[in-house]
Amino acid sequence: MTQEYRKEKKYGMVIDLDKCTGCGACMVACMAENNVPFRDNETDKLKSITWMRVYQLNNGKSYPNEEICYLPRPCMHCEGHNGHSPCVTVCPAIATDYDRETGIVSQIITRCFGCRYCMGACPYHARYFNWWDPVWPDGMEKSLSPNVSPRMRGVVEKCTFCFHRYQLAYEKAASEGRRELRENEYQPSCTQACPAGAITFGDLINKNQAVYKMKKDPRAFRLLERLGTNPKIYYLSSREWVRRAGDNYHPDEETGIVKNHR
Amino acid sequence: MSTVDDKANEIEPFDNKAESTSVNNGNGIAGFTILFFIIGFTASLFIGWIVFPKLLYSKKKQPLDFNHEMHMTLVKNGCESCHFFREDGTYSGVPKLAQCIDCHQEVQGDTGNEALFVEKYVSKGKEVPWLIYSRQPDCVFFSHAAHIKLAKMDCETCHGHIGQSTSLKPYEYNLITGYSRDIWGKNPKNYLGLKTNTYDRMKMNDCAACHMEETGRKSSVSTEKDGCFVCHK
Repeated sequence: MTQEYRKEKKYGMVIDLDKCTGCGACMVACMAENNVPFRDNETDKLKSITWMRVYQLNNGKSYPNEEICYLPRPCMHCEGHNGHSPCVTVCPAIATDYDRETGIVSQIITRCFGCRYCMGACPYHARYFNWWDPVWPDGMEKSLSPNVSPRMRGVVEKCTFCFHRYQLAYEKAASEGRRELRENEYQPSCTQACPAGAITFGDLINKNQAVYKMKKDPRAFRLLERLGTNPKIYYLSSREWVRRAGDNYHPDEETGIVKNHR
Repeated sequence: MSTVDDKANEIEPFDNKAESTSVNNGNGIAGFTILFFIIGFTASLFIGWIVFPKLLYSKKKQPLDFNHEMHMTLVKNGCESCHFFREDGTYSGVPKLAQCIDCHQEVQGDTGNEALFVEKYVSKGKEVPWLIYSRQPDCVFFSHAAHIKLAKMDCETCHGHIGQSTSLKPYEYNLITGYSRDIWGKNPKNYLGLKTNTYDRMKMNDCAACHMEETGRKSSVSTEKDGCFVCHK
């Protein structure tokens, strides 16, 4: 018996860099939502775990021509070619997987054995390794989210587009007899936390959702598009140098020539 | 002087013996090998299938013996009378004291268990520390609503005929993992990967097999089965 099941979706984000102020609310909201561990001393950023990370870009010029731009970087949930995203292809344990139904790259932490191939394969540095078991300050265990399983030492973790929120939203829809979610029922934590409204989340192939129109904006670009990773995070910027910074443009190249998988 | 000769004399017959035995008993050794293999194999199976599970699992009694069958005759809405869905679609699971109190403010029947329940828990306002047979690990997300409301499945498909039981079976749990034995399954057939009833086990492969059969979804790129993030979190 094959039942009528959910329509194919491609969940993704459009992040308006013209609106982003670099406040970091998305990073905080993400860590709180997903029980992301931290240490007493977080000065070594190579060892910090930040599923959502705000980078600061600059145009390389000196004052008064210097300009900066903040760029929030979650997992890109690359589709690659037909779901073969870089990390999924290299994982020897099937701990990470591309779901054609939602377009989300999953990370099953109980299956991961920590070889870190995926971290090497990811061109966005979106994956993080747990070098230690998480240690929470006294009493903080009580404020952890029960919907997200905390990770242990020796496994890789990354942004999941707050997939537990999808599961809960779907459960609510199911109890009302629906198989399809409304746009506002499933929104990740960073999207809701952004005070500037710079992040928009939705189904990139659903014509009725905001992200569908936004990704066609002339300001839109994706990171490292020429690698063919086919990421599902679109960025909007009216500044040309930002758009060029997104994909290592050669000085001779014209902005916007790299639009492979649009 | 004579000792050297004696030794030489002694060694000769010994050598002859050794040669003759190795030739004569060639088949006997093979027979013994097979016999010992069978004995060893049986012993390993006995230890692995009977002794080890006994050591691995420990039993606990439920705090109270609950009679499902009797309650089923008294409630109107079947299982969902006590095991209901909350408004946000989540499943309430094992009832809390608040639901029991609706009927059991005072002792109603004449069973010892009910008297104990009222005395020990209701009057003190204390929750009953039920041991949950089907509790899944922390990394698992299971939506009752999706299975009951959308897929229209029966409770029995996964939980068996608990509604017709008159007493609660002992709770068995794995001493290493702490998980309930109902997840792995108790039927000895399970060791061979077979099962008689759909509710014999609740392991990942059982979920995956049913999802494959019922939905036919192949959304996972790596496995060509249903996606990992359907049940994992």
